Amino acid sequence: MKLTFTAADEAFRAEIAGWLKDNLCGEFEVLRFRGGPGDEHMFPAERKRWEQKLAEGGWTCVGWPREHGGRGCSIEQQVIFHEEYARAGAPGRVGHIGEGLAGPTLIAFASPEQQQKYLPGILAGTELWCQGYSEPGAGSDLANVRTRAAQGADGRWMLNGQKVWTSLAHESDWCFVVARTDPESRGHKGLGFFLVSMHQPGVTVRPIEQLTGTSEFNEVFFDDALAADIVGAPGDGWKVAMGLLGFERGVSTLGQQMQFQNELDQIVRIARDNGAARNPALRQRIAEAHIGLRLMRYNAMRMLSQDSNNEAGPAALVYKLHWASWHRNLGALAMDVLGPEADMAESAPYNLTRLQSLFLFTRSDTLYGGTNQIQRNIIAERGLGMPKEAKGNL
Amino acid sequence: MEFRFTDEQRMIRDTAAAFLQDVSDSSAVRKAMATELGYDPDLWQRICQELCFQSITVPEVYGGMGLGQVELAAVLEQMGKVLLCSPFFATVGLGVNALLLAGTEEQKERYLPAIVDGALTATLGWTGAEAARFGGQWGCEAIGLRWQACENGYRLSGELRYVIDGHSADLLIVAARAPGTAGRDGVALFALPADTAGVSREWQPTLDQTRRQARLQFTDVLVPACARMSGGEAAGRMLDDILALVKVALAAEQMGAAQKVLDMSVAYMHERVQFGRQIASYQALKHKAADMLLKCEVSRSAVYYAACIAEERVNPEGDARLADELAEAAAMAKAYCSDTLFHNAGSAIQLHGGVGFTWEYDVHLYFKRAKASELYLGAGTAQRELIASLLLD
Ligand SMILES: Cc1cc2nc3c(=O)[nH]c(=O)nc-3n(C[C@H](O)[C@H](O)[C@H](O)COP(=O)(O)OP(=O)(O)OC[C@H]3O[C@@H](n4cnc5c(N)ncnc54)[C@H](O)[C@@H]3O)c2cc1C
Repeated sequence: MKLTFTAADEAFRAEIAGWLKDNLCGEFEVLRFRGGPGDEHMFPAERKRWEQKLAEGGWTCVGWPREHGGRGCSIEQQVIFHEEYARAGAPGRVGHIGEGLAGPTLIAFASPEQQQKYLPGILAGTELWCQGYSEPGAGSDLANVRTRAAQGADGRWMLNGQKVWTSLAHESDWCFVVARTDPESRGHKGLGFFLVSMHQPGVTVRPIEQLTGTSEFNEVFFDDALAADIVGAPGDGWKVAMGLLGFERGVSTLGQQMQFQNELDQIVRIARDNGAARNPALRQRIAEAHIGLRLMRYNAMRMLSQDSNNEAGPAALVYKLHWASWHRNLGALAMDVLGPEADMAESAPYNLTRLQSLFLFTRSDTLYGGTNQIQRNIIAERGLGMPKEAKGNL
Repeated sequence: MEFRFTDEQRMIRDTAAAFLQDVSDSSAVRKAMATELGYDPDLWQRICQELCFQSITVPEVYGGMGLGQVELAAVLEQMGKVLLCSPFFATVGLGVNALLLAGTEEQKERYLPAIVDGALTATLGWTGAEAARFGGQWGCEAIGLRWQACENGYRLSGELRYVIDGHSADLLIVAARAPGTAGRDGVALFALPADTAGVSREWQPTLDQTRRQARLQFTDVLVPACARMSGGEAAGRMLDDILALVKVALAAEQMGAAQKVLDMSVAYMHERVQFGRQIASYQALKHKAADMLLKCEVSRSAVYYAACIAEERVNPEGDARLADELAEAAAMAKAYCSDTLFHNAGSAIQLHGGVGFTWEYDVHLYFKRAKASELYLGAGTAQRELIASLLLD
């Protein structure tokens, strides 16, 4: 075990830090510390341009293999990239679903033609993606999707059905959709994994207003919408969809942590200014938040450093439950540090402060990407070998 | 950055695990904890002669294995799992660490080879009755001895409490302060044989029977000048660093024990049938077990990280920037692992039902160890206050 970075890694750190210093300015100055969950609705146009700026510098998809256009960065360099990115206050990435989820899935499961068709747009930051998994009847029970995919005589797939809670669908060019290729099938059998253009007749995006008063996610309706491609064979959908969920726990979690660090720093500053730092109970909770975040980082480092022995397997299993619960607590802590000031909104009619949004939005952290309850089921079953949850017979 | 065990570290851990499972099963622990010594001296000699764990962090020039704090943590984790009754924690976690950081060359040459030989056990004492004030205080403020210079050396007097294995250790490393001083000022460290005239020792019965604590009375104890350890004016700071190393060592044990009570619980939940089903199939219990696993995994990350930092501090060639994180990393590990072990041991009693409340089942041994090791060196609240003062003041 060794925590120090090599001289080459430190040189890489200087390179990315220098690039950010030179480029995160001018028209992009407003983007500092903006974007990310709870703030996704802010500056979409500027943030899309920022994606392209990043791409010009070669700073998108740094962890992708070189043969697919990435930088082929080592884990250490990816850690450093995310650290410096967040340290500079660079904005939340609107391209993260493409870079972190769609791309790695295509690299793992798609044909070379499909890879050539879709990866360049992700790399260039010109094509944004959204994730069409959840449906009104398929949330935690994801295998219950009803959206149908039917193959026409010309071999092309046509989608009919409804997705829900689709984050950033209104900004996206593409959606990956899990749909039923075999109408007689049930559960995780008979599903397909489709790539669907959002710019076509038959795709309707309807924003859903969140409890924050803003809209980051949507309902998406498919009425005879054409699927541009299917990844894998019909029936492979579940395998591909689950492979994708594995990528969600990748290196990008480290970038997310640096965003958490910026939030915690803000809370610490407020606590010092308004005297909350002298309240013994709040001191405890602030320290607890600090500890939780540091340990989240060490846990991620351990999980990313794993070798063929895969001893950090359980560390990866618990990761989502840990960060989601931690972040939800941070939101509550922010309010308690502010005291009565926490109730005062930024402006009428209902423009919230960043910390109010944090507080409200973090209630979703323990829902999306698998609720805390679903995470605990998975941990108990895969991590501890406890019996599977009984399936209902409705 | 390489945040995983090397093959050698894995081998050390696995060797320790296999050996300890054999020699420190439930009946061995129960037998040892019922003796006044608190451990089985034959087993201790086997550990010293066959496995040489006592020499793990001792540099090769003193005959030791010359390994580091990560290896130490790996072994302590396994000892925590089986609640090993032995002078290992006191001798290596407290004694050797203190010698490594604060020993003079002469002291290292005199004591470390004897420890390596298995001929000497050691401990560290610094707290007096003050330690029990304000819910537990464990830094320089709790020092229970006074020192004064006298002809040819020093005169020590006062009382030490909560000294782990203090009734049996051969070498006492103690902290004392000059009269009229406070905080880190006036602190000095001494190393003296336990049979030095004027030292009287008495073991104190404890709630956690798997680890002994003693009260030591110093009545005009005269020690030669060479008993004073290094550090000079900065000895207070040095004591804090030593205590940080001890926190890491203790956290490693706590993490191992927390994993073990989880394993015991999961095994029991598979055996026990209620309402016609294994209780392991009930979601309320699965979720409790999942929370226990989460805490174990995060504890593990905390301990290994802190052990890496500790190594940078102890190793003369360590990275100074990382070494500066020691106080913080140790406090975080101690806070998180203390809370984890208490939580997991408490949950284990609940998951075992009525049998968890019996003397016969081992769960109570872990539960008692959990509370004792949580309080020793300061519970989560104390560690968090330390973190808070770094962040907020
Ligand atoms: C902000 C946000 C963004 C999202 N973005 C996307 C997106 O981009 N793409 C996408 O596809 N989806 C997205 N989702 C959807 C998200 O994945 C689902 O909301 C989530 O999986 C929960 O499903 P559900 O809402 O249907 O709740 P339900 O599954 O109906 O759950 C209701 C409650 O029952 C509990 N529960 C359900 N089943 C079990 C069980 N077996 N055991 C114990 N408890 C159980 C749940 O934990 C929860 O507390 C997003 C959600 C949010 C809030």
